[in-house]
Amino acid sequence: MEKLKVLVVDDEPGIRSGINRILRNFTVGYPFMEDDFSFEIIEAETGEQALEILENNKPDIVLLDNKLPGIHGIEVLQHINKNHIDVAVMMITSHASLDLAIKATGNGAFNFVPKPFTPQELKAAMESITKHLFLKKMTRKMKKESKQLKFQFLSVLSHELKSPINAIEGYLKIMSDRQAGENIKDYQTMIERSIARINGMRNLIMDMLDLTKIESGKKKRELRNTDLNEVAKLAIHSIEPLAIQRNISINLYSEENTYFKSDMDEMEIIFNNLVSNAVKYNIENGEVNISITELKSAIEIKVEDTGIGMAEEDIAKLFHDFVRIKNSKTKNITGTGLGLSITKDIVELYEGKINVNSIPDKGTTFTITLPYEH
Amino acid sequence: MLEKKKLVLIVDDDIDQIEQNKFLISNMGFEVITADSQKEGEEILQNTKPDLAIFDLMMENKDSGFILSYKSKKKYPDVPVMIITAVTAETGLLFGTESEEEKQWIKADKYIEKGIRTDQLQREIKKLLKL
Repeated sequence: MEKLKVLVVDDEPGIRSGINRILRNFTVGYPFMEDDFSFEIIEAETGEQALEILENNKPDIVLLDNKLPGIHGIEVLQHINKNHIDVAVMMITSHASLDLAIKATGNGAFNFVPKPFTPQELKAAMESITKHLFLKKMTRKMKKESKQLKFQFLSVLSHELKSPINAIEGYLKIMSDRQAGENIKDYQTMIERSIARINGMRNLIMDMLDLTKIESGKKKRELRNTDLNEVAKLAIHSIEPLAIQRNISINLYSEENTYFKSDMDEMEIIFNNLVSNAVKYNIENGEVNISITELKSAIEIKVEDTGIGMAEEDIAKLFHDFVRIKNSKTKNITGTGLGLSITKDIVELYEGKINVNSIPDKGTTFTITLPYEH
Repeated sequence: MLEKKKLVLIVDDDIDQIEQNKFLISNMGFEVITADSQKEGEEILQNTKPDLAIFDLMMENKDSGFILSYKSKKKYPDVPVMIITAVTAETGLLFGTESEEEKQWIKADKYIEKGIRTDQLQREIKKLLKL
């Protein structure tokens, strides 16, 4: 149970105790709230007292009468507005006039309850003000969280971008100082490593572009009947050089003309990521099996490898940005850590699902189902 | 009689950083052993006492270098530890000086920014080895 502090400002003791009685055992709950709210009442007789309490007790809600012995309610409201005090104000007054209502609203009063009011009217007003406060709090929290996520993303990204620069710079310094002698051949490995790191960085930048396009929703999507069989063949074709080097055979099980209404680029990203992972994380002489099956209400894409597999705790991390599973088996495999995160984003665009089954040293199977209606 | 070569442990998850530092430090006439993760670094420290340990900061964990430093200092208080990092430049975070509490458990002897000049790195290593 969460508690909201309610400051009641009225010079009539009867009204104060009346409100106290009505709200004492009253709680507000909505299905979307984790906790119900109850109310703790603080009373003030005058506007001057109210200002003091606002300062010291930090109430969440003020029920404010206008006609008070000293300064008027509207002046209390003006003070709250001017000093940006974080509190929701509800005016309660018998001397309600249009003029006052306008002035109160202009100064940020949340709402207006005419006196006399029934317990039911007060409760309804409290419900709406509580909902308002709850939503305000949640919005603030979400804004803060998304800022944190963005900061985290940027700091990891800068780390990932700086690592290759540092590595290449290091090699160039060694070469510049001729630390391995005058013969260029003695620097061959360093040159090759530098080129490899540059390629890695280029891939990272390309992946980043894909990711921003998808996440910002700015990429123009063209949904048309796309032959997934054809897309799969393209993906196989582009990874083939690496597969041949490691003697990995890639098999495709799919009907010709397996059409699925989708954006061709997005389908290419999915297949490229899954098939290249299946080859990269495979063993020499291994196998990759790709199947595309038309189910009743969805299309199923399955990519199965006979590779190194992964542990259960790694699977949980797999789809996060920049996550790469690091162990002795993966240390010579390059990657950006974004491929599966992008793949998952795309699958979600189609309201689809992605599943992973993996057994260490046996292999991994990724299964994606994309509903026809999306 | 040949004097035994000093042993330097390098732990870094970037294979190129390892290669370069290994190259530079071997050229100084030291023996080098390497590990490419915090976990592997810890395993080496179990049975091997180096004369100097050089850790990258961000590996499996973003404070892997600190953890290794802490464990190394606990087991071998007299082995100097150097942490090489790019964190300050990347995030604007300053570490090691943030709070007294942190100062107490982060006990690296020297923090070095990535991209440091070779001669500077070699000078710092000699200083820590009291050569």
